[in-house]
Formats: sequence, C-alpha cells, structure tokens
Amino acid sequence: MIGPVLRIDEVLTTFPAAGTRIPVVDHVSLEVHAGEVLALVGESGCGKSMTALSAMRLVPKPGRVESGNIQLCGRDVLALSVSEMRAMRGGEAAMIFQEPMTSLNPVQTVGAQVVEAIRLHERVSFVEARKRTIEMFDRVQIPDPEQRFGAYPHQLSGGLKQRVMIAMAAAMRPKLLIADEPTTALDVTIQAQILELLRELQRELGTAILLITHDLGVVNELADRIAVMYASRIVEQGERVDVLASARHPYTEGLLRSVPAAARRGEALHEIAGVVPSPSEWPAGCRFSTRCDRVESRCGDAVPTSTQVAPGHTVDCFVVADEVAQ
Amino acid sequence: MLAYIVRRTAYGFVVVLGVLLLLFALFFLYAEPIEMARRAVGEKAPPEVLEQWVVNHGYDKPTWWNSESPGDTMLVDHFRSMLTFDFGRSDADDSPILERIRAGMGPSLSLTLPIFTVGVLLGVGLSLFVAYFRETYIDRMGVVLCVLGMSLSILLYIIGGQFLIGKMLRWFPISGFDASPAVMLRFLALPVLVGLAEGLGGSIRFYRTVFIEETGRDYVRTARAKGCGDGRIMARHVLHNAMIPILTRVVVSIPFLFTGSLLLESFFGIPGLGSMMVDAIHGNDFATLRAMVYIGALLFIAAQILTDIAYTLVDPRVRLA
Amino acid sequence: MSLVEPHVLSNIVVAVLLGGAVAAFAIARRSDLWSQAGRELIGRRPIAIGAIALFVSVAMLDSVAWVGGGGAAGNVLEQSRPRSVVDRMFAPDFKEKSYSAPLADIEFYGGADLSHPGSHLLGTDILGRDVLHLTLKGARVALLIGGLTSLIVIPLALLMGISAGYFGGRIDDIVFFVVSTLASIPTLLLLIALIMVLGHGPVQVCVAMGVTGWVGFCRIVRGETFKLRELDYVQAARALGVSEIGIILRHILPNLMHLVVITFVLLFSGLVLSEAILAYLGIGIDGSWGQMIDQARDELARDPIIWWNLVAASTALFALILSVNFVGDAVRDILDPKTLGEGE
Ligand SMILES: Nc1ncnc2c1ncn2[C@@H]1O[C@H](COP(=O)(O)OP(=O)(O)O)[C@@H](O)[C@H]1O
Ligand SMILES: [Mg+2]
Repeated sequence: MIGPVLRIDEVLTTFPAAGTRIPVVDHVSLEVHAGEVLALVGESGCGKSMTALSAMRLVPKPGRVESGNIQLCGRDVLALSVSEMRAMRGGEAAMIFQEPMTSLNPVQTVGAQVVEAIRLHERVSFVEARKRTIEMFDRVQIPDPEQRFGAYPHQLSGGLKQRVMIAMAAAMRPKLLIADEPTTALDVTIQAQILELLRELQRELGTAILLITHDLGVVNELADRIAVMYASRIVEQGERVDVLASARHPYTEGLLRSVPAAARRGEALHEIAGVVPSPSEWPAGCRFSTRCDRVESRCGDAVPTSTQVAPGHTVDCFVVADEVAQ
Repeated sequence: MLAYIVRRTAYGFVVVLGVLLLLFALFFLYAEPIEMARRAVGEKAPPEVLEQWVVNHGYDKPTWWNSESPGDTMLVDHFRSMLTFDFGRSDADDSPILERIRAGMGPSLSLTLPIFTVGVLLGVGLSLFVAYFRETYIDRMGVVLCVLGMSLSILLYIIGGQFLIGKMLRWFPISGFDASPAVMLRFLALPVLVGLAEGLGGSIRFYRTVFIEETGRDYVRTARAKGCGDGRIMARHVLHNAMIPILTRVVVSIPFLFTGSLLLESFFGIPGLGSMMVDAIHGNDFATLRAMVYIGALLFIAAQILTDIAYTLVDPRVRLA
Repeated sequence: MSLVEPHVLSNIVVAVLLGGAVAAFAIARRSDLWSQAGRELIGRRPIAIGAIALFVSVAMLDSVAWVGGGGAAGNVLEQSRPRSVVDRMFAPDFKEKSYSAPLADIEFYGGADLSHPGSHLLGTDILGRDVLHLTLKGARVALLIGGLTSLIVIPLALLMGISAGYFGGRIDDIVFFVVSTLASIPTLLLLIALIMVLGHGPVQVCVAMGVTGWVGFCRIVRGETFKLRELDYVQAARALGVSEIGIILRHILPNLMHLVVITFVLLFSGLVLSEAILAYLGIGIDGSWGQMIDQARDELARDPIIWWNLVAASTALFALILSVNFVGDAVRDILDPKTLGEGE
C-alpha cells in the first residue's frame, strides 16, 4: 500500500451557533500509516471526536466539514458518493466508541448486530455470517461465544459490550480502526484487557489504529506516534518517544507534568492553570495563550503555525519556533 | 409469561372494582336518588311521581346493608349489574341501555376506525418526514404548524370544516348518517377529515419527538459507522426502538374507538355512542352515563394490559416483574 | 346569602394574587436559577409573554368591582349591581335589542336604528350585548378555569405524589391504586360524570377538572421524589436526624418547583380547551369563550352570516392558547428538557 491509510489535510469542521459557525476542528492535519497506532490526545471538548467523525463523514447535523482534504485508503472521502462512503465505513475503516453501554441497539441481539455489519459489506448467507461472528467473538475473547450470540446488550457487562463493538469493527478486517476513548467508561482492570486486545488485533490483522484518548497512560502503552490537540487545533505531533520524552509545546509539557506517574514522588502534581476556554472565549492568536506560563505579547497577534523541532516532530508555538531558529 | 399475563389481568380486575366503587360513590352516595328523579322527571313533578320513579329504578333499597336480605342493597345491585353487563333501562326514556350500546357501536366504529388508522399512519409518516429534516426550516415550520393546530379548539375545527367544505365548497353533506355503505361514505367523509385534522398536530409533534430522540442515540451512530444507510437505519433500528413510546400512545387510544367521539358524532348527526352520551347529558340520564363511563374504563384497562404485554414482545429489557 | 358579597371576594382574590405574584417575584429574584430562567424565557418568547400579560391584566381588571356609578338614573336594580373596571369602560346602557354588525348604524334584522350607532367595534350578539365587552370578560373566565383548577391539581398531586414517593410501602400502594383507578376512566367521560353529579357552575367545573387532572402530575412527582430521596445529601440529612417533614420541605419540595411551573403552563391550555368542549355539551362555565362559540355556531347557517361573535371569541381563545403553548414549550426547554416528555 502506498501512502498513509488516513490522511487529513487542513480540515475545517464547524457547527452553527448564534449566527456564526464555530470551528470544532480547525485546519487539522494528520496522517495514520499502515499498521501504526496514532494517539490523538487532549482534554475533553477539544475536538478529538469531531476530527475522527470528520474522517468518517459522520459529523452530526448541523455540523459539517467546510474545507480541507481527507484521504482514506487513497480515496477522497469528501468526494465519494453516499453508497461508496457506506461501503467504506465498516469495510476499510471501522470505528468504536466511548460508551459501550449505549452504542449497541438495545432491542437487537448482539450477534445480529455483528451479522448485520458483515452482511452489509459481503454477500454471505446468515449462517455463514453467524459462523464468522462467533469466530470473531472467540477472537476478542468473549467467553461462550455461541451463547453470547443471542444475548441482548443489557445482559452483558460493559467490558463484554466493548468486546462486541470491537468484534463488529474488526469483522471486515479494516485497514483503519478508529477507537474513540474505548476504555474511558470501563473499570481499570477491564481497561487493561481491552487495550491488550486492541494491541493483539493490530498485530495480527495489521490494522492501523487512530486511538483517541485523554489518558496519557493509555498513550504510553499503545501509541507509535502522538498528536496533541488543544481548542480544535493540533499543537504538537511526533513519535511517541519524542513527544513524551522531549515535549516542546507548553501545553504538552503541562499535560505530562499533571500525570502522577511522570511526576517524581513527593513533588506536587502540576496542574495547568485555568480551564479550557469555550469557543466563544477563545483569545485572539494562540488559543493556549490565556493559560500558558511562557506567554509573550506576540502570542496574541496570530495563530502559530507548525515548526519542525526534530525529524517528524512539529510544534505550533512562537516561543519554541524562536528557540529552534537560534 | 403466562403467569405474568394472569397477574397483570388480576390487577386489572382489581382496578375495575376500584372504578366501580368510585362510580358507586359518585352516582349513589353523592347524588341523592330523589335529586336524580327531580332532574329526570322535572323540577315541578309531584312527590308521588318522584317516589315512583325512584322505586321503578330500584334506587329505594338500602345503600350498604340490608338486614332482611343481605344481597338486596344498592351496592350489590350496582356491582352485579355492572359486572354482568345488565345495565337496565335509561333514566330518561326507559330504553334498554345495552341494546342501545350495541346499536351505537357500529356507527361509532365507522367514524373512529378510519380516523384512528389513517391518523396513526399519517402521524407517523409525516413525523418521520419532519424528523428527517430536523434542524432545518422544514422542521421548524412543521413544529410551528403543529403548535398552531394544537391551539385551535375542536369546536373550531368542526365549525370550520362544516362551513368551508360542507357549505362553501359543497363537497360533502354537512351532517347525517345512513346505513347503506355508499351513502354512509359520503356522510362520513367530512367528520373523518375534521377528526384527522384535529388530532394531527398533537400526534405529529409527539412522534417527531420520539423519532428525533431515537435518531440521536448512540446506537444509530454505531449503525452508521458500520455502513448502514439512512433507510435501513430507520427501518431496522429506529422504528423498532420507537415502537415502545408509539405503542403506548396507540394502544391507549383504542378505547376511544368504541366510545366514539362526543363532539364529532353529535355535530355530524352520527347515531353512535358519542351521540348517546350527549343525549344522556342533556337528558340527565344517570343510568346511561354510569354504563358508558364503566365501559370506557373497562376498555381502557384492557388496552393497558395489552400494552404491557406488547412491551414484553417489543422490548427485551422489560422484565416480567 | 353568602358571608361575603361575590364581588368583594373577587377583589380580595385579586389582592391576594397580586401579593403572591410580588412575593414569588421577590423570591425568584434572589435565586440565580429562577431569575436566569425568567430572563431567558422573556428573551425567547417576548410576544407570547406580552400577550399573556395582556390577558392577565384584562382578567384582573375585570375582577376588581364595586357598586355604584352605573345604570340609568332611577333603575335601582342596575345601580345596585357591582361593576368591574372592564364594565366601567363601557357605558352602563351600552346595549341594543339584537344582532348588529361591527360598527353598523342599524340593527341586523329589521334595520331599526341602534341606540349607539357605529360604536360597537365588534357588533352585538343575539341579546344585543356588545361583543367586545363579552370577549374581554371571557378572559377572566379562561384564567379562572386554568388558575382555580391548577390550585386544586398541584397541591393535591404534590401531597399524594410526595407521600407515595417518599414513604413508599403501603402509602405508595394506596396512592398507586387510586391513581390507576382514576387514570383508567377516559378523562372526558369522568369529567362529564363528575359535573353531572356535582352540578353545574364555575367551582364545580373546576373541581371536576381538578379531580381528573391531578393524576398525571402525581405520577411525575412520585417518580421524581423517589429519585430525590435516594440522593446523597438527602440520605445524609436523614442520617443527621432531620425530621421527615423537614427533609420534604427543605430538600424535596424545592427540587420539584420547576416541575410545578412546567406542569402549570402545560396544563393550562388543555384545561381551557376542555372547557370549550364542556360548553358545547351545555355544562361549561357561563361567559366563557367556549360558550360564546357554541352560541354563535347556529348563526352560521344564516344568510348573510353572523360571523363577528364567533370570530371574536375564537380569536381570543386561539391567541391565549397559542401564547401559552409557545411559552409552555420554552419553559419546558429551559427548566427541564428530560423529565417531562412531550405528549400525554
Ligand atoms: N452536536 C453538536 N453541536 C454543537 N457543538 C458540538 C456538537 N457536538 C460537539 N460539539 C462541540 O464540538 C467541540 C468538540 O467536541 P468533541 O470532538 O466531542 O470533543 P472531544 O471528543 O475532544 O471531547 C466541543 O466544544 C463541543 O461543544
Ligand atoms: Mg469525545
């Protein structure tokens, strides 16, 4: 396969509000290469889910992708016909969500829902699809897969439901799996199991994963590369070691210092001052400037653009750009 | 399942007894028989006539307890006659009530059945249309139209319909009824139209809310993400989930099929149960009133039991408690 | 002969209502939640709020009455009758013999001269009464229907719902049984039966509507109370030994107030519309718009038609209900989009 599995280029997605359109994804660019795990991190509300939904052309009304370019497996997502896009979803690119509790249809058996996912993309008999579903259930380590096939979602635990979601997403061996906070709603012990499962699938099927999370622990465990989002924009992007070990953007630094594992014992946990501003409160220029401890007067003048600080490691910050230039 | 149905029906029966007790309190304790007689026969009737009326209707027995023959009280009479559908005779014109109810059922059904079925189909269909265009001008217009429609009194629908369609356009006769099917259709057209128009605003708004709520749920997003098209999502996922609230509304309006529509029937001269009620009101006919209220409640309770059973078929989450 | 003259009672009621409104306003101002909700509501529905305010003022003005100053000289009966502020906006003998069209100079039938030519803005009805005057007076009846009934429905539903939801057990079983029994009788049928038994008249009609109307709200209150009771701070208060009544007054009731407001608004239009049906059945309240519509109905068959009284009453009714419906939707959106679904 030539080129990345997913390539998002300068994508702008907006929602209408009070006469204007608020950008929830603001000229975001990122790439996910075959077989790799890209972690998209950031505080809640910064636009991670909307970035993922834009890639799948699933942005809920009245939001829409205004401009930019999205390539999924080499095809222009924004130019595909409705039926081509449908074939893509669940076929080449699948998605799982944060809320396993509500993400499954409550009045259909979980088996039937996975069977539907298979039969939407392949002309196979119900019996054949059922067989494959049960194999898939076995593969995602659902105990008693035959029995669970006929269970309704409310009869399964959260962890099992998320396994069903993963089975459904992986059923067509997608090239890209978007996992939107797959473990946030689960117990800690279950979280580890689900992450382990994702890693196995990625290894066995060679699926690329766009992993959305706000949990840097999860990132450290699974990611090959990391993209950090703040207020609808990507502020830092690079290899995992680069970003975790030598973060340059003040926001990423702040995030890392607020993780218990990263802080040294006895040292007070750092917290980024203030709260995430809502779109109507965004300052002019750099949106992090109101909370940044390295803020300078020029930060309010314009939105910073990407600067390469190392091969494959970019940062959107005037101060850092100057340091690199020197 | 069977045990559940039996239990549910048993509770329904207890509620029927509650309704009967309430009716007894209303019609026998609160309203004095002599008072009813005065209203039925006339204010100025001589006392003997009033007494006779009370005796004729069996309202002269002891209310609670008869020491001579324990079964011969008004309370027992009331429960016995209601539970055996032996409603006796009208207070107003002495006609047998059960006969009249039987005769009125047909005309009532011929009016309410079309309103009910077309109303549900139209309501669900139009609300799907409106819900599909949610957050657009079509949707907002639709909602405003619904509120406008709901704010008009049914009296105005009837008067407007009679005036516009019956009198100005002369499409259909203004009122009347005939048993022969061809003529009946012409007579029924106007009341059915009016009945539909009157109910549409409320039901579209209700179904729209249901559909919009359902299409906003996470499982719909999941279905999209696995490649489902809009039509399939509606047919396979949303409609089934929406069945639960829709069912409630539909089944609960079944009793109205039998009791008919008071206003439509009496305005349009349809000799159904609704007209019968209106006559009973005007004639101070307490016996008929009591029977009608009882039958209405009976149907309603039966409909509720049916709804509960239907829930267990539609929604796997309902446990048979 | 009652203890207090009706018009004196009516004046007292107006005073109490005004006092209550001022008090409610003062309390609401102190709470962020309520004052914010109020501002948002006015911002969203200025026209409908204005229309309702107009109706309320007319009704209030029609409720303040005193004796004297009316009737032609010498007509003792007329002079001893109390007249409201609205009545006093029209001349005491502002009447004709029968129908006359809006602003007409002659009677509709016969063409005889009118005693007040060209001054009946909306014409006169069959008894020669000024239609504008009647329509204005209808506002008071409409608000009486909604207001008095709500005064029965809301306390009753709160009492039963909170007891059932808070204490549970036997009390809950009994309330639940009563509620299911009442809810099993189709509303209109029960309403008719109640009025037939209780007798006609404004208070009886409102009581009947109250008895049929409290059930739905009681269910909601019961469910909410049940949820509130389980909340941590309520449990904590119980553990600290706060009395049951204290908990209900301090923690349960205030958290149900938004439901009360929503229910009041949503209930109102339904009640006024039901009264119109009752008016047609001949068991409504005298002077209501429903009754005016019912009386005007037969005249449509005539040629040329008599439309003004029908149009006046229906427009007033429609305008009030529409405003209340729009405000009701907004109130529900603002205060509580979740608990109360739409529809029944
Ligand atoms: N349906 C919607 N209408 C309007 N704004 C929305 C909608 N959904 C999300 N948003 C806004 O988009 C922004 C990004 O949301 P999201 O991508 O879900 O954040 P994240 O996934 O990073 O927590 C948020 O500020 C949110 O308020
Ligand atoms: Mg998210």
